[in-house]
Amino acid sequence: MDKKFTMHVDVDAFLPASDKEKEYMVQMRPSSTFFKDGVKRLLKNRVATISFIIIVLITLASIIIPMFWPYSYDSMLGVRPGRPVDPSYNNLQPFSYGRTELKKIEAGEKVFPHVFGTDSAGRDYFIRVVYGTRISLAVGFFASIIVLIIGMTVGSIAGYCGGKVDLIIMRIVDIIYSLPDMLLVILLASVLKMTLGPALAGTALEKIGSNIISLFIVFGVLYWVSMSRLIRGQILSLREQEYVLAARAAGAKGSWVIRKHLLPNCISVVIISTALQIPNAIFTESYLSFLGLGVNAPMPSLGSLASDALNGLSSYPFRMVIPAVVISLIVLSLNLFGDGLRDAFDPKLRN
Amino acid sequence: MARYLVKRVLIMILTLFMIALLTFCLMHVVPGSPFTSQKQVSQAVLDALNAKYNLDDPLWKQFVDYMIGVLHFDFGPSYKYTGKTVNDFIEGGMPYSGTLGLITLVFVLLMSIPMGIVAALRNGKWQDMLLMFLATLGVTIPSFVIATGLLYIFSFKLGWTPVYGVDSWKGYILPMIAMGGYSISFLARLMRSSLLEVMGQDYIRTARAKGISEVRIIWKHALRNALIPVITVLGPTIANLLTGSFVIEKIFAIPGLGGYFVNSVTQRDYTTIMGMTIFYATVLIAMIFIVDIFYCLIDPRIKYE
Repeated sequence: MDKKFTMHVDVDAFLPASDKEKEYMVQMRPSSTFFKDGVKRLLKNRVATISFIIIVLITLASIIIPMFWPYSYDSMLGVRPGRPVDPSYNNLQPFSYGRTELKKIEAGEKVFPHVFGTDSAGRDYFIRVVYGTRISLAVGFFASIIVLIIGMTVGSIAGYCGGKVDLIIMRIVDIIYSLPDMLLVILLASVLKMTLGPALAGTALEKIGSNIISLFIVFGVLYWVSMSRLIRGQILSLREQEYVLAARAAGAKGSWVIRKHLLPNCISVVIISTALQIPNAIFTESYLSFLGLGVNAPMPSLGSLASDALNGLSSYPFRMVIPAVVISLIVLSLNLFGDGLRDAFDPKLRN
Repeated sequence: MARYLVKRVLIMILTLFMIALLTFCLMHVVPGSPFTSQKQVSQAVLDALNAKYNLDDPLWKQFVDYMIGVLHFDFGPSYKYTGKTVNDFIEGGMPYSGTLGLITLVFVLLMSIPMGIVAALRNGKWQDMLLMFLATLGVTIPSFVIATGLLYIFSFKLGWTPVYGVDSWKGYILPMIAMGGYSISFLARLMRSSLLEVMGQDYIRTARAKGISEVRIIWKHALRNALIPVITVLGPTIANLLTGSFVIEKIFAIPGLGGYFVNSVTQRDYTTIMGMTIFYATVLIAMIFIVDIFYCLIDPRIKYE
């Protein structure tokens, strides 16, 4: 359009805008929350997504498979009531069968295969691995939750109160931090194993087993320190914000401010470090089980399976390889997923 | 500096005292006397045993006596092996564990630092990818899995190394690799990221602009600064190596301290557990202390609070 410079007012330019023009001017995208943003970034990270899928698959498998698998983790297949023990069931190679099972197959019956063979006591190895995975995952998960709860409580109190409270709590944290952890884990686990056994007999907790509970106690006592340090640091910087001042001016108590204002603001840090704590706990559990301080006897965990396999290593190496691969897969994918979470949710690292 | 040293030493002594107190309490929380698990001991014998080991004394006196013994480097007798003292175990196991720990530490440093440097300098190329892939595997596979894998391949299948024991120098090779695997991976990753960060600094650009050769830039300017985070974690790494030997010594049947410690735990040999714990803790804390001092000397920017 060719417009000359003129003092005449162009009336057309002052017409009310049509709806179409109005729509054109408004630049609005659907609003996005911090959480949605994070999920979007997480999904873009291929490695983290694949790791997450692997974790979900392993978890689902460890929950679902025992429901329909015809063998159980503690039944010795060669042992039948009223008959001598049938040794042909012990140490089966994968996809081979015991003596009575072979007879059944000859008679035309179908027998469910022993996918990974059986162990030295004639127990189906596949279901033991599945159960062991379940135990290891559960231990890792609950131990992290315990660490989370204790670390969050102590850390937020230290950070919010400051002053003497902070000083005392942080000195305690420093001392626990400088204790050699593996040494104390073994020590505590062994002592608790001896004391808790009789104390728990007859209660509902007996079924879980004293060793797992002592494992949880060990985690609760020793591993909360790094979490509490982290949260204290976050709270220290957050409590100087104006909204905290506003909340306190409105008469809010300390516990309210912590729960409603401070913790929700450091939730991403909390989630990330919890996610990274789980593989750590699984590692420690497998290490303790390997030394014979893990889960109680018939119950398997990935560490105790690997430990048992050590005796027959030269003849049955696959019994070591299978739990080892599962542990490594779980730990690797949890670590990669945790890294992905950190990249996606930690605002400090965002570009 | 002097003030810092005094403070550190005081904290060290406090920590050691806490550990001693904690282990002592833990051992006395366990129900029953140390001799109840032995078969059919008559009351008279039990009384005599209690009297012999001063177990009738009040707890605080037992603790004081024990601590005085510890200060004289006397950890008392073993309750399970008559005639043996805890000192015997420590003296018997220390040469093996010490040797293994020392060569593993040297091995870790010789492997991880060059690995990290190569990965950082070839950032994004195949060398970097390969090394970081190995390092990721190294931190995710538990050490006992690496150990048994190595044992199976090199001892059972190939027969290159002895299956157990450390009678010849060959016996140390596999334990060293298995024990160092985690630390090598961890330190290599740290070295890589820290060197990458340093290489992006302005003073490196200045050095390049002045026409200094690349080797000299890396050696003189980048590496010395990049090593600081690695030295920071060296203390915990040494602790990791020493306590990591529990499992490794079990797998390779090395008659070291770790084996005695695990044995005493499973056999409930209380005095041995206590003595070993205090001994281990002392070594660990002393190592971390030495590394920290060293670290302060290397980096003048670090202030002594």
